[in-house]
Amino acid sequence: MTRRFDLVVIGGSAGAIEVLGKVLAGLTDRFSPAVAIVIHLPPEGPNVLHEVFATPGSPPMKPAEDKEPINPGTIYFAPPDYHLLVESGRTFALSQDDRLHFSRPAVDVLFESAAEAYGDRLMGVILSGANSDGAQGLRAVADAGGMAVVQALESAEMIAMPAAALEAVPDSIEVNVSALADLLRTHGVLNDR
Amino acid sequence: MAIAELEVRLLLEAIFDRYHYDFRSYAMASLKRRLAQACDSLHVTTVSGLQERVLHEPESFSQLLQYLTVQVSDMFRDPGFFLALRRQVLPVLATYPSIKVWCAGCSAGEEAYSLAILLHEEGLLDRSIIYATDINAQSLRMASTGVFTLERLRGFTENHRRAGGKCSLSDYYHASQDSKDLVIMDASLRRKITFSDHSLATDNVFSEMHLITCRNVLIYFDHALQTRALRLFSDSLVRGGFLGLGSKESLRFTEASEQFTDFSLPERIYRRKAS
Ligand SMILES: C[S@@+](CC[C@H](N)C(=O)[O-])C[C@H]1O[C@@H](n2cnc3c(N)ncnc32)[C@H](O)[C@@H]1O
Repeated sequence: MTRRFDLVVIGGSAGAIEVLGKVLAGLTDRFSPAVAIVIHLPPEGPNVLHEVFATPGSPPMKPAEDKEPINPGTIYFAPPDYHLLVESGRTFALSQDDRLHFSRPAVDVLFESAAEAYGDRLMGVILSGANSDGAQGLRAVADAGGMAVVQALESAEMIAMPAAALEAVPDSIEVNVSALADLLRTHGVLNDR
Repeated sequence: MAIAELEVRLLLEAIFDRYHYDFRSYAMASLKRRLAQACDSLHVTTVSGLQERVLHEPESFSQLLQYLTVQVSDMFRDPGFFLALRRQVLPVLATYPSIKVWCAGCSAGEEAYSLAILLHEEGLLDRSIIYATDINAQSLRMASTGVFTLERLRGFTENHRRAGGKCSLSDYYHASQDSKDLVIMDASLRRKITFSDHSLATDNVFSEMHLITCRNVLIYFDHALQTRALRLFSDSLVRGGFLGLGSKESLRFTEASEQFTDFSLPERIYRRKAS
């Protein structure tokens, strides 16, 4: 039986936008888990990632809102300058707690809170990036029984983030960009019966 | 229940019983992270250890309070919000003979002074009074002195301009005698603001208001406490009175949308329904 997930959390910084563009373009509205994404961006920037990635036929995309129930098949983005967290009742929360790894939103904050709320129904994915944010978070995902996935170093524009994640979770699944798209489809698309 | 979860609940109960601060209905995911930071800085390894400390050493409770509440604030934070108040809300408030404003969760006064400046610039400050409330005593003390660092205030100049500021922000403060790095907000503004201790979790309505701002406070509350706070606001507002929330807060996932109508969705400004 193929393992199923209720939530996929994805984190990245420098070099992650291009990868995400390719991976998200491979998803359709038959993709069933919710997806929550943290990308490090300048704090004053506009809240527009959901517009950047939307294509005709892609799953619904939107900025995550405070207290919003997490809906299956929807792709959510952390707004600039706020941490994005998952509450145990499977809703989102935002906060302006201190930056972590100089970042707000921080990948660790999303991943650690999601691990508590979703346990083994969670997949965590670390993409290209220039600092070590996300490593601890991916450790928490794996410790809670979730699946840990890391962008293969040779395919990453910036290796610091995936390298730190691999060090924290050595038995993570390593994937290049097209393998990541396949992996998401394998575990996330419900087959027609 | 996981042990960590149990420890947090016990700590919050202990704080409520002993110090009457009620954090039991705060948004848990971020509160847990702040408690973990507090453990580090108070050199204890578990939340139970934290509980022992705050029960037996009252001074450490005021330290912990700095972790339980998030104090990030700016003057004219989200200038578009203040511009909308200036252009769309104050003209309505101007029709009242006297104007009462409540800034709930005022931190060190940044937002309250911004509101006072806005009212002054629109010619309404003389007949206005601003109640600014918070639960953080240290911040309230700072707020009522009106002292800020010069460096911070300079950083707010651009926000003030983008909020439609009619003169230079530096017209509203003067150098402190104590230090060249500190400035004091003008007495004409300070006179119009009453800073006081009031908790949205445990306290009640204290006056009838025309405008309430509660920005970047509700995101730290859970759904039940949000509901309580919003009820307090609708009970405090005159019919047609205004409520302004933070840029990432809305009535969307609450039941309070029944008591309010949308006024400016992009700036998160609502109006109490007429009936
Ligand atoms: C992030 S600050 C927001 C400051 C300002 N309103 C702004 O938007 O810039 C949140 C404030 O809410 C206060 N606060 C937290 N819990 C509260 C409660 N139960 N009642 C009143 N204020 C509270 C905190 O002490 C803190 O000063």
